Amino acid sequence: MSIWIHENSKVLVQGITGSQGTFHAIRMIEYGTDIVGGVTPGKGGQSVDLPGRSVPVYDTMSEAISETGAEASVIYVPARFAASAITEAADAFHELNGGGLVICISEGIPTLDMVRVVAHIDQRPGVRLIGPNCPGIISPGEGGGCKVGIMPGYIHAKGRIGIISRSGTLTYEAVAQTMGVGEGQTTCIGIGGDPVTGTGFIDCLAAFEQDSETEAVVMIGEIGGTAEEDAALWAADNFSKPLIGFVAGATAPPGKRMGHAGAIISGGKGTAEEKFAAFEAAGIHIARDPSKIGEVLLGVLVEAGLRES
Amino acid sequence: MNIHEYQAKSLFREAGVAVQEGVHCTTVEQALAAYDSLGSRTVAVKSQIHAGGRGKGNLYCPDLGDLVMEGGVKVASSREDVEEYASNILGHKLVTKQTGPSGKLVSNLYVEAGCAISHEYYLALLIDREKASILIMVSTEGGVDIEEVAETSPEAIHKAWVDPLDGLQDEQKSTLANSLGLSGPAHASFVEMIGSLASLFVDRDCSMIEINPLVRTEDGTMVALDAKISFDDNASFRHPWRTDLHDLSEESDIEIRAHEHGLSYVDLEGNIGCLVNGAGLAMATMDVIKLYGGEPANFLDIGGGADRESITAAFGIILEDPRLDGILVNVFGGIIRCDMVARSIIEASNEIGLNVPLVVRFSGTNHSEGKQILDDCDLDVVTVSTLSEAGAAIVKLIGGASQ
Repeated sequence: MSIWIHENSKVLVQGITGSQGTFHAIRMIEYGTDIVGGVTPGKGGQSVDLPGRSVPVYDTMSEAISETGAEASVIYVPARFAASAITEAADAFHELNGGGLVICISEGIPTLDMVRVVAHIDQRPGVRLIGPNCPGIISPGEGGGCKVGIMPGYIHAKGRIGIISRSGTLTYEAVAQTMGVGEGQTTCIGIGGDPVTGTGFIDCLAAFEQDSETEAVVMIGEIGGTAEEDAALWAADNFSKPLIGFVAGATAPPGKRMGHAGAIISGGKGTAEEKFAAFEAAGIHIARDPSKIGEVLLGVLVEAGLRES
Repeated sequence: MNIHEYQAKSLFREAGVAVQEGVHCTTVEQALAAYDSLGSRTVAVKSQIHAGGRGKGNLYCPDLGDLVMEGGVKVASSREDVEEYASNILGHKLVTKQTGPSGKLVSNLYVEAGCAISHEYYLALLIDREKASILIMVSTEGGVDIEEVAETSPEAIHKAWVDPLDGLQDEQKSTLANSLGLSGPAHASFVEMIGSLASLFVDRDCSMIEINPLVRTEDGTMVALDAKISFDDNASFRHPWRTDLHDLSEESDIEIRAHEHGLSYVDLEGNIGCLVNGAGLAMATMDVIKLYGGEPANFLDIGGGADRESITAAFGIILEDPRLDGILVNVFGGIIRCDMVARSIIEASNEIGLNVPLVVRFSGTNHSEGKQILDDCDLDVVTVSTLSEAGAAIVKLIGGASQ
């Protein structure tokens, strides 16, 4: 099993005729994702040639969903158009299917656009947004799987670990380390590094708690905000599986934005130290050394009796 | 992006938020002319830098030798005072608790008419990430360090959230005014002001507006005595006017250069230069260096869309840093291919010269091709395959742990 996507998920690509959209549509289909079409306003009626199939392009999300029966959409449009692309997808999924999954890869969306988008989606229960500014979501399968995003698919393998992360390449690092200790993944989700995003740590943890195949979860946070602290508090009461946590940015100085719009220690809040402390208080197994995430995971699995030492 | 107080106050004026009359000056002569033109016996002479704590900061000679004056914000009651304060501020370095020990050179000054203050308050608008909305915070404890207030008397801070779809409601404005104990004209003045500020925040795509202190004058007007605005950089594309407010002298040359190439660079205190793809991995790489006993000299994220040219520029920036004893490159290839990074490293090294130990860790897309290219080249490069090997190797190569 996996969360939110599965091997047969039908996926649309918003911005499929753009260079990013086409490039990643090809990579996704090569991985095994069922890309069923795309949306680019003004280019409806055209088609895009992907490995092994040619997929139709629609003008609107409503048409695309009605015609293809898609249940998820991934957005690769420039930042200035991304908020309306998310809103359009949310409305269409809500009206036609009563819900759906929207994954926004685009980077650089104005924060206040996201504030409005998140409020809009909150009024459409059943619609889930992942991102923006994230690598996406992947569920490796037997000989393929479902990859909705930009991550290098081949570093993953089907297994029993869930991974949640606020950053992109650090997610890949965590994946590589779980692979290094012989563990594959159920689902990996990059929730994005912006100040305001859709799905958060708690949503992911709640879904992994329900997923019978996920045995343990690795959670990768970073400095800024209180999402990690909130997740730790929630997990203490509601999450029963082994949880391993790391927070990037222990060496970051206060007041300096470390790349991600959200990664900043301000007003003495959001430090890695506070987040590690919150993890420990909640019984989360911490890896202070990011090069030891795999080792800590394996130790925890053995300790829990899930693997032999 | 941050702007100066005098610039923020000009935006306040346009938005209908009450501020005192003031003049932006860059010379002592301008400051004296400003004093004459303001017609107020008492004026504030204020250093303009992008950092807080100016009032409690100290001014030093540019070489950080002699203390020139205590306090970067002064109240002057005569022409002579203005001359003295302006000369002590302009061309000197202001060190506050937010500037770091090296301080910031002050080349801008704001001379502002004084006013009769009855009480000082605190007001801020910022993004509440967890609630995904604009948070308004007010407090009766103004003019002091708000983080201290939050620590010692959190009940003195009152909050309201702006509904993203419906905006700030009249009832919320009134409740906030009541929470500050305002009545009569001051209540009305606050209600008008908070509405203007909420609109300004949205219209200009701010990430923070802070007024500390916000004052109630003796005639019951609420006046922003200080003004701090930060903008959301992601929204700059729809605000071309921001270019005019951008004070490049507030950024280091390296930061400006990095920005031109689409790189994200932050200067740190150590001696190991880092080049990484991705902000999270860049921070984790710094953390690993520290855990192995080294000190990172910078944060450098080449970003997801980096090409050969920008990576060459990034490596060039690191090679030119005279403080470095070693360099660590950590790239987890996704869209970025490790072989491209390897070629950029060689190109920049051939051009600028590589004089310190270099450790390169490649993983992901084309990592073995990248490693092969580096192993085959003439440069002295140590290639490793995991993050822990990378940390251990670079610290060992520069002669072991610093502490």
